[in-house]
Amino acid sequence: MSMWNTYQTPNGMNRRHFLSHAASASALMGSSLALGHSLRVHADQLKKQHKSAILLWMSGGPATIDIWDLKPGTNNGGPFKPISTSGSVQICEHMPLMAKQMHHMSIVRSMSTREADHNRGRYYMHTGFVPDPNIEHPSYGAVIAHELMSQRSKLDIPPFISVGGASEGPGFLGLAWAPFNVTSNGRIRNLESKEDNSRLLERLKPLSLIENGFVAQRRGSAAEEHRKILGKTYDLMTSQQMDAFKVELEPESVKERYGKGFGEGCLLARRLVEAGVPFVEVDLGGWDMHRGIHTELADTKLPALDKGMSALVEDLDQRGLLQDTAIIWMGEFGRTPRINGDAGRDHWARAWSVVVGGAGIKGGLAVGATNEDGTEVVSEPYSSEDLMASVCKSLGIQLETTFQSKSGRPMKIANGGKLITELLA
Amino acid sequence: MIQSSKPHFFQTLRQTAGCSAWAVGLLLIAGDSAALLAVAKDRKSDLPPQVAKINASISQAWQDYSVKPSPVEDDLKWCRRLFLDLIGRIPSHAELVEFGKDRSPNRKLNLVRELLEDSRYTEEYAQNWSTIWTNILIGRNGGMERRTLINRDGMQKYLRDCFASNLPYNRMVYELITATGSTKPGTKDFNGAANFLVMKVNEETAVQATSAVSKTFLGLQVQCTQCHNHPFNEWKQQKFWEFNAFFRQTRALRRFENGSRDVDFAELVDEDFAGEGRNPESAELYFQLRNGVTKVAYPVFVDGTEIGKSGYVEQVNRRKELGKMVVQSPYMDKMIVNRMWAHFMSYGFTRPIDDLGPHNPSSNPELLEALAEDFRNSSYDLKQLITWIVLSQPYQLSSKVTSENQADDPSVGEPPRFTRFYSRQMRAEELYQSLVVATQADRQGTLEQQENRRNEWMKQFVIAFGTDEGDETSTFNGSIPQSLMMFNGELIREAISLEPGSWLQRIANDPSKPIEKVHYLFLAGLARKARNEELMAARTLLQSRKNDTGAMLQDMWWAVLNSNEFIINH
Repeated sequence: MSMWNTYQTPNGMNRRHFLSHAASASALMGSSLALGHSLRVHADQLKKQHKSAILLWMSGGPATIDIWDLKPGTNNGGPFKPISTSGSVQICEHMPLMAKQMHHMSIVRSMSTREADHNRGRYYMHTGFVPDPNIEHPSYGAVIAHELMSQRSKLDIPPFISVGGASEGPGFLGLAWAPFNVTSNGRIRNLESKEDNSRLLERLKPLSLIENGFVAQRRGSAAEEHRKILGKTYDLMTSQQMDAFKVELEPESVKERYGKGFGEGCLLARRLVEAGVPFVEVDLGGWDMHRGIHTELADTKLPALDKGMSALVEDLDQRGLLQDTAIIWMGEFGRTPRINGDAGRDHWARAWSVVVGGAGIKGGLAVGATNEDGTEVVSEPYSSEDLMASVCKSLGIQLETTFQSKSGRPMKIANGGKLITELLA
Repeated sequence: MIQSSKPHFFQTLRQTAGCSAWAVGLLLIAGDSAALLAVAKDRKSDLPPQVAKINASISQAWQDYSVKPSPVEDDLKWCRRLFLDLIGRIPSHAELVEFGKDRSPNRKLNLVRELLEDSRYTEEYAQNWSTIWTNILIGRNGGMERRTLINRDGMQKYLRDCFASNLPYNRMVYELITATGSTKPGTKDFNGAANFLVMKVNEETAVQATSAVSKTFLGLQVQCTQCHNHPFNEWKQQKFWEFNAFFRQTRALRRFENGSRDVDFAELVDEDFAGEGRNPESAELYFQLRNGVTKVAYPVFVDGTEIGKSGYVEQVNRRKELGKMVVQSPYMDKMIVNRMWAHFMSYGFTRPIDDLGPHNPSSNPELLEALAEDFRNSSYDLKQLITWIVLSQPYQLSSKVTSENQADDPSVGEPPRFTRFYSRQMRAEELYQSLVVATQADRQGTLEQQENRRNEWMKQFVIAFGTDEGDETSTFNGSIPQSLMMFNGELIREAISLEPGSWLQRIANDPSKPIEKVHYLFLAGLARKARNEELMAARTLLQSRKNDTGAMLQDMWWAVLNSNEFIINH
């Protein structure tokens, strides 16, 4: 605190000089990320050392029977034809670019879950737990960021970024692990201060007095949480690492390859992973197709998915990042094998697929199988917990890790799920 | 000292009142409601008897669970709490000072009455509760999406009228469930209440209407039983579709803009339902069990009451029948009591608050029952219910955790014992309104224009999940996007503006001493004076700003607004 009494703001302070003061400011605010702000983190230094994960979240519940586990020639099959891929699996004809990348990715065709409501399914697939009104469980991003963050002392960017969607919250791990939501173009609202930096810094002095005074009054945990977030916010505003969000700096050819919207979000995810962010979620919504499903899939949804996802896998691989980056493709559930009266498919959790790869996860495989008309899993069924455990394992996270909820209840990471052994070397 | 900002503020209100028809109506209605709070007074206490009932029940639980209440909160902080919870914003400096002057034992009761009864507050009261209920009924995103049939203005207009006239709650519920007419203000047959169901019956099967009506008004969660029997819920799929059958006569008709294919508004109507078996005399619907077996359902209420099976509206108007049964159901009374209790106390008697099913035990079942009955006997008067709650002992308590009640921590999943006021973050709308009043940021235009600007501002925090249920979430949750907005956002820049005529500039120009001005800011923002160390910091800033008081105030006000103490309702 003593620095505040003697501190005089120099005029025309350069960026680097300013940042060294900023470090002190955030220490005062009680930030957990107080060290090393003046250092530019070198992407290539990090990429070899650190594991990350990218979740491609298909909000609304994708019809995996039309994409990854086709049933041609059956009543439930729909009009799409399967095509061969670079792996030993077949996928939908409307995914030609992904077909060339499937040697990197594996399909788990034996997902079988119980939550067929959007809210419940989203929660369950993100946390490995069914919703419980008395406790909020941390989601994938919070768990993985929390576990991998100890290796990222120099990261100013929030460790859990959600691109284009809401994701799920940090639960009992606290707001410091909350998703940081950005749009797919990486634009961050209100990031720039209109004041000069020295004045902003001076304002932090009275702010920290009020802030700390209120925490000391013991009026509940929100006060302390708020203080932590203030520190992180300040770090963010003053960090050069934020360039990682500037998708526009990419060459035209790369932007072209990824495509707009979801593709741009995938490109942003690659930039963030490169910068050392441990977890990025990219949202592609609009899968809740209760009517006219095949036209919409063929005309809009699958081309967008195919372009963005294939670009991401290919690009990560070419940059040598794929071996350290787990990719998970999933939604809250699959869709009914039976095509309904409106030519749509409804919610179906009992038998569906997810796709995973990278970070040492074996590629090119189809794990498990469904029956002839896609209604049942005929091999060992897998759950959200099992998938999460396998992803954690690929990232080097100990499955013995136990969290303690605020009430002191111990909780195993990934809710004690079992490994999908076929996926792991 | 500093000129009160109050005359100016109310001047603004009166000007805007003249611009909108509903607000003119308020002034007439306010007179009638004076009798509202003339509840049974006894000689010993002017408090309504329900207050003692709450106190006895809650303190019994304290004994049972060996926890002790925190001390009573400081009056000014309590006043700030009450303003936020009742009219959706913090009190102005002048309002705080006025309350501080009242030293009578009834000062709290007086303030509650003033906020509920005085015509100066009718408009803000109505706006606050209209905002809250708009979010309950159509979500923060309702009416904001492309291709929506909802007219958000229409919804808000309807609700403002309800709360301004203190429409009995059962009437409001009945009107919302049975509404027919146009969604858009200014069109023929406008009925803003129609906006509640218009998107929820949009799909042919009206699944959304089914779950929304049962959850919102009865506290019964039926949506999970739609496709399978919920493991913890006695509700069965059959019940869901029987409830759903009440909405099968209802249609949302699109009305297009002249000569285009853009939807201008929608009309909610009841039409004859032929039944999926094509027999309108006995209009049934079909649904499939998980095992593929097809079953039949007719309208049956949650308590087993059946109505006529005819699909002809002339013979049986299914929504009207449903509306009558909902408002007679004891679940309706319990649901609204639970909702209102949770609004003021941060936690309801059940978690989640809108799940009152038998599988989900309540923390204070007798109290919930008793208040529900009292509410019914008060002719469903929301203002009385509010009065009982905000004058009860738990609402008077400090939010500070003590060594004797730290075990009472609902944030970790324990049932709440209400031994203190549980701090919570302001809603985004409360922040907005507080800045409008405390600093008169964004005060131009009519109330409706202000509301539209607020809706626009709110957009940055709302993320829709893009599902057919219209789920959404808010990033105004204490995480980084919120604090970036508080650090750098336009609304805050406006609030600390020193433009001629601005709130801060008027304070800066006042002849009083800088130290008094700093105290003024702390009272306005935090309902307390500045502490010594905070004054020292202000003095240091004044030097840095080369004795420019306005600039110093700007920095201090920025600090106040960005603090946890400001944003956390405590």
